[in-house]
Amino acid sequence: MPKLRWKIVGHLFSLLGVILIGGFLSAVLVRLAPGFDTDERELDAHLNSESVQALRAARRNDDNVLRFYVSYMTRAAHGDLGMSAALGQPVRTLLKERAPSTLRLLALGLGMAWAFTLSLALSAAWLRLSTYDHLATLVSGTFLCIPAAVLALLSILWNVSSSLAIALIVFPHTYRYTRNLLIKAYSRPHILAARARGLGEGRILFRHVLPVITAQLLSVAGVSVSMAVGAAIPVEALCGYAGVGQLAWQAALARDLPLLVNVTVLVTVVTLLANSSADILGLAWRRHEA
Amino acid sequence: MSLAQKTACLILALVLGASAAATWLAPGGYAKQDREAIAEPPSHTHWLGTDELGRDRFTRVMYGTRISLLLAPAAALLSTLLAAAIGGLAGYAGGTWARLAMAVTDLFLSLPWLFLLITVRALLPLNVSPLVSVLVTFMLLGFLGWTAAARVLCSSAASLRSSDFVRQARAAGIPAQRLFWVHTVPNLKPVLLAQFWISIPVFILSEANLGILGLGVAEPMPSWGSLLKELQGLVSIGEEPWKFVPLILLVIVVTSFQLLLSRQEEFAL
Repeated sequence: MPKLRWKIVGHLFSLLGVILIGGFLSAVLVRLAPGFDTDERELDAHLNSESVQALRAARRNDDNVLRFYVSYMTRAAHGDLGMSAALGQPVRTLLKERAPSTLRLLALGLGMAWAFTLSLALSAAWLRLSTYDHLATLVSGTFLCIPAAVLALLSILWNVSSSLAIALIVFPHTYRYTRNLLIKAYSRPHILAARARGLGEGRILFRHVLPVITAQLLSVAGVSVSMAVGAAIPVEALCGYAGVGQLAWQAALARDLPLLVNVTVLVTVVTLLANSSADILGLAWRRHEA
Repeated sequence: MSLAQKTACLILALVLGASAAATWLAPGGYAKQDREAIAEPPSHTHWLGTDELGRDRFTRVMYGTRISLLLAPAAALLSTLLAAAIGGLAGYAGGTWARLAMAVTDLFLSLPWLFLLITVRALLPLNVSPLVSVLVTFMLLGFLGWTAAARVLCSSAASLRSSDFVRQARAAGIPAQRLFWVHTVPNLKPVLLAQFWISIPVFILSEANLGILGLGVAEPMPSWGSLLKELQGLVSIGEEPWKFVPLILLVIVVTSFQLLLSRQEEFAL
């Protein structure tokens, strides 16, 4: 048990490290980005020179990168993620409004991707027909060669849900790993012996195959969250889905750096949490099995 | 080499050859407009029709293929060299350096690839000339795509460092620099080659994604990404099927690279 506890502590530290380093990089990037020290309000002919000077003085506090970083992190710790330059709204409000849609999209997409993955990989491992295996590999390989943005466009053309597009982007990757894991597990001597003794396929799967590969499957599941999050940008942007991915895309096009950087840090934390959880659960499962 | 891999090689050679000959096969140039033929279907003068600005789609596909197929390997080379420098040296040095380099690598890897790409792309100026946008896009891919390869190279270099022949060479008093360049780097070559080949299809697909999202190569310069952007205006698949030619070509090329990749992976192992 202490090993598991240390693992959790280690993951928490790495998460904290990512937030601190990611925050620093974000602050540096925002501070050094071209156009940071300009304000379009200065072009307003209604402002007199004193007002313009006041605007410049207000920005001067942010000149020092370290000071800017400290104030950025302090504000972030209090839930103030700054204002979106393009949308004129607090970043926190924008994220709060859009995060539920993205989470729903990702949950559905991941659910479908894993349903495709498990059904195809299990049937390939059970049937042991080379034609079927080649066909399944060909289908997943074809989706692997189509850009995520094109799959999003095709989902509009075929009038299917955006979550299916996410599923089709994630599925080829998860299928490849899961199929290899299952085929390797099924070719182990004790499985061959169990089959020779006439054990049912269900019993072999649940008692002898899944327990062996669960920890690795959990790792793949963790990675699949990261893939789905990445796929959310093209899918949401092109399907007109008002989520965090679309927000990131709009921020990139408008060069709204405070918004874009905050979204990226948030997404990194989410993917790290998913990977860490998968890692810890995998370790716990291995200990349980031992 | 299997039959599928030989076919993949042949397809890649044909596509590369045809795109290299774009200047002779399509002398009009990718930006030349035919104002009498706006958004025309395929005809004997315009084999794949024209786009909304009256530009010949076949010519643009040829030039776009040339740009994507020449610059994706260039970006892959850049990222492999960076991975070799960071991952290879860190693995060879070992200890704190290796841990530090891998911590930075993990930080990059924890960011979803497309988020990282669009964030860094947005930090760079968007209103640039087409040529600069091509260079920026592919250099971005090269500079950001080294992380996964660096991880592999770090572990390969670390295992070489503790291998018997390197230990023996060290015990024989061979200087560290010679040990690295003469005994370690040549043994990393198969891994480097595999990483280079793996990166090419990844970068081709990434450029296509960036192009469709409007963050890739700027108009009027064609690339697979900017050509696929045309699919956005379609109402149904059967409406203008010739607009799918760049997609079909891209899928064929990426599949060919994937088929060749399995051979490279065999070499690397």
